[in-house]
This record gives sequence, structure tokens and C-alpha cells, in this order.
Amino acid sequence: MMQKVFTRPKTLKDCPTHYCPGCGHGIAHRLVAEVIDELGIHGKTIGIAPVGCAVLAYDYLDVDMVEVAHGRAPAVATGMKRTNPDKIVFSYQGDGDLAAIGTAEIIHAAHRAEQLTIVFINNAVFGMTGGQMAPTTMLGQITATTPQGRQADGQGYPLNVSELLAVLPGAIYVERCGLCSPAHIRKAKAALKHAFELQINNAKGLGLVELISPCPTYWRMTPPDAMLHIQNEMTKVFPLGKLKG
Amino acid sequence: MCGNEAMAEAAIQAGLDAYFGYPITPQNEVTAYMSQRMAEEKRVFVQSESELAAINMVFGAAATGKRAMTSSSSPGISLMQEGISYLAGAELPCVIVNVMRGGPGLGNIAPSQGDYFQSVKGGGHGDYHCIVFGPSSVQEFADIMPLAFDLADKYRIPAIILADGILGQMMEPVVIPTNSKLNTQKLKLPKKDWALTGAEGRKQNIVRSLWLADGAVEQHNYDLQAKYRQIEKNETRCEQTDVDDADIIIVAYGICARIAKHAVQQAREQGIKVGCIRPITLWPFPIEAISKAADKSPIFLVVEMSCGQMLEDVRLAVAGKTPVVFWGRPGGGIVTVEKILEKIQGLVTNPKKK
Repeated sequence: MMQKVFTRPKTLKDCPTHYCPGCGHGIAHRLVAEVIDELGIHGKTIGIAPVGCAVLAYDYLDVDMVEVAHGRAPAVATGMKRTNPDKIVFSYQGDGDLAAIGTAEIIHAAHRAEQLTIVFINNAVFGMTGGQMAPTTMLGQITATTPQGRQADGQGYPLNVSELLAVLPGAIYVERCGLCSPAHIRKAKAALKHAFELQINNAKGLGLVELISPCPTYWRMTPPDAMLHIQNEMTKVFPLGKLKG
Repeated sequence: MCGNEAMAEAAIQAGLDAYFGYPITPQNEVTAYMSQRMAEEKRVFVQSESELAAINMVFGAAATGKRAMTSSSSPGISLMQEGISYLAGAELPCVIVNVMRGGPGLGNIAPSQGDYFQSVKGGGHGDYHCIVFGPSSVQEFADIMPLAFDLADKYRIPAIILADGILGQMMEPVVIPTNSKLNTQKLKLPKKDWALTGAEGRKQNIVRSLWLADGAVEQHNYDLQAKYRQIEKNETRCEQTDVDDADIIIVAYGICARIAKHAVQQAREQGIKVGCIRPITLWPFPIEAISKAADKSPIFLVVEMSCGQMLEDVRLAVAGKTPVVFWGRPGGGIVTVEKILEKIQGLVTNPKKK
């Protein structure tokens, strides 16, 4: 008798995604789905999709989900969790969403020690709108709005939101992981699981996992090169590891 | 009790689960009252970091099927417009209180009715409406609050209570309705089976306003419009005073209606036949009542604490059948009985003068 040892998580729908080849969202979705399954919280989880490439996350993740205004997920999540303390509430936000337009919302959700789990996808670019500069864009990186490459003079430096959040007492767990090799991906899953576990265990504060995620399309790289770019270049600016908790 | 506190207590009695707000004058009494009472009731109170956050917290609570509200004043309500558009698009029920102050910009903190257009014509992006109430006394604040929650739930739509700084701050005796649960049963409100409560034992629920498929948003808009026509048909409310024999009909809402009714009384004592139509719902607007009254060819006098916003809706309702004139004051100027009477007397001596 053959035994099935590897299968699609129940929380991940059986359908093709709209993501580009080599995109990290597919990996991140799967990790979130696996963690939800393994923790047995499928029936009491509410997810928040961002504005950005992952706006249709509810087409792939089979839990109750809402799609909200750009950057406002932590405020929406606050409204949900405060009125439903027995539910597990997570937001899934990109760097345009969380690190640009939604900076106030994430800082203050952490500041209030909201009991939320935040999945923060950092691919250093606005993907959905055509590859414009994000706050997390690397110096020298060419984007649709930095055709000469991002210059610190006038366009500022890459913004390390996780480091900013880690100093707040209300952020009880902050870890940055990379979706850039099988080993890294396993670490990312462990981090996500821990972040969800904190909420399940009623830990008093916000948990955030930043995932450095490849965007081969707008990095103008092959998928393998994008993985290597994370390992060799991006981790210099966005060091991997636990920042808090 | 002041109007702001009456609204707050009435909302609590109407089964409010969560209040989210940010300080701004002249509505701070609502937030302060809620911070105390919601804690006593073991319900949710959060002072948000901005009005943007407040309206999105409302969005979050409403998406899970809870009764949620926020309150603010004009500049804060402008900030909330993004969220209100999303609430309208996602068809989420909630109550939003706007205690209007002088604008544009930071304006001042004096009473105003300058946000009429913003409230009844949508306010944010897209083709949508909110149900908008314009109560004119502290008691009516309290009476309308449970209705606002019920209609919001019934039609899955944001409801706005459009107040002003006078009514918000004014103290009057008030009886807070506590039978709102009975009211809810009477209305037979639909079950919130769309709400996000965790997909235990059922299919996934999604609350969304994005529809990318070809023609899907067009259809979504037609569906919304069909709902709006139903609301127009069922929920239009106005109060008519001495309208039948009137040569002059004042149309005013909120505090202006309160003041105008004194002018009506004094004009009648002088033998001038004046009546008053007071829209209680500003959207849906009482088009039919005004149109019907216009058939008898009175002169309409619109009185507002603005440069003439509801005036446009009155003109549309009158549809050229009879003259419509306007008197009002913007930017925190308060209308008075004397000035309205003066205007009425002017119309009697020179009825064609606009």
C-alpha cells in the first residue's frame, strides 16, 4: 500500500495562482496554509489581504478573509481582534502596504500591543503597480520610478520597519526570514508558526514575521538569481534573524 | 445630557459592540463618554491613532458582524472618506457620527452644516450612498441611533448621523430608548451569514470591494443602486409643519429646522402663512414631499448653515415648479429667528425677489 507523505495543505486551495514565475508569494501562502493546518486553527482564523500583488490572497487561502484599503490592515485587524478575542487574526501585507502607506497603522498596532500576527512580505518593490520604488528598495536598485537606480540623496535609504517595530514594548516577537533557499524557507515556517502560536496562547502583544521575498520580474533577474540576490545582497541591508522575542 | 452624550448612550443601548475614535472638537464628549461607559459594559473602546485608523477599525469589527461606530467632526470625517467608500463597496453596516464644524480646511470649531454634500452625495470615491440622518434635537439624536443601527444592518450600508456643534454641545432633558432590542426583532433583521467568524463547518466567507472580472464591478454597482432605490422607497423620512395652506415653505434640517420652526410660529402670528418641511433623512431625500408641496406653488425658502448645499436637492425636487430662495450663513455663522423672519417678510412684500 502506497502512503501519501506530502500533500497540499487543506487551507491552500487547489488552483493556479496569478503570481509571476519565481515569485515568493506562492511560497509564503503555502507556509501560512501549512501553519494554519498544523495548529488546527483553520475554523477560527480570519485573514486580511492587502492592496498589492497579494490582494487576491483569499482566492488561494481557504479561510475567512477580508480585503482592505492600502496599508490599513493593522487597523482593520485591531477592530476584528478586539471584538473577537477568541479568533486568530492575521494580516498579510507587502512592503508598499506596510512600510509606505501603512506605516502609522503598523506602528500603532504594535504600540497598543494588539494581539495580532503580521506576515510582512518585503520584496523591495511595488509589484502590482508595475515595479515602482518601495521604501525597502535597495540603494542602486532600478525600478520604474528610479530609472537611474535608487539614490540616497533625494530618494532616501531602505527602510527597516522590523527594526523600528522591535524597539516597541508592544511588539513581542519580530523576526526576519528569507524565502531564498529550502533551509531559509524552513526557518521562515518555524517563525510563522511561532508568531501564530503566540496569538493562540494569548500572548499580550504583536508578532511580526518579515519575509524577504523574490520578485524576479521587477528585479529583472531569473528566479535562481533572485534567490541568490537575497542571500548575497539584500541580507546585508536586511539582516536575517530574530530581532525581538 | 448634551447631544454628544445622548448619542453615545443611545448607541450603547442599541447594542453597540465597539467604538473607535480620535479626538476632535466639537465631538470629544462622545469619545470621552464611550471610554467610560464601554469599559463599564465590558465592550470595546479604542482611541485610534488617526481617523483613518478609526474608520478601518470600524471596518474590521463590522466585517465580523459586530455593531461598530465612530464619531468625528468635519476634518476627521474627510480623512475617513477612504474607509467609508470601502465600507459602502464591501456593504458593511456601521454608524458614523459627524458633529460638523466650520470649514473648509481646519476652519473653526463653530457649528456648521458645510458637510451636506460630502455626506449625501457619497463623499469618497465611487457611486455610492450612505443613509444620512439630520436630527434636530438631543431627544431625536437618542431616538435615531437605534434606527440608524437597524437600517445599517438591514441594508448592509453605513449610516451617518449628521449633527452640528450646537446640537452636539446643547444640553436638554432626554429619554434614552432602551427597547432597541424589541425594535430589532420587529424589523426582522437578516442574519449576518456573510460575516467573518471563522470558516468552521462552512465555506469560506470573503468581504471585499474588488471585483476584477470583466463587468463585475459594473454589476456590483447595479446591485448597489437597486438597494439604494429600495432604501429611497422605504426609508425616506421628513416632518411637515403647517405645510398645507402655506404661501412660503421653509426647508431646513438639524439645528436650522429648530430655529426655523420658531420663525414659522412668529410669522403665523403676524398672519403670514409659513410652513416647514424638515428632512429627517437627508439621504434618501424627501423628494416626494417637497415635490407635492410645490404643486400648490408656495415659495420655498431653504435655510442652512452653509452657502447653500441642500438647496440644490430642494431645487431638484421642486423642478422649477415654483421659486426656491436661499438664506444661510457659512463658516460657523449661526442663523437666527429674527433673520429668517426678515427674509420671510421680504418675500411677502416682494415675492419674485430671489
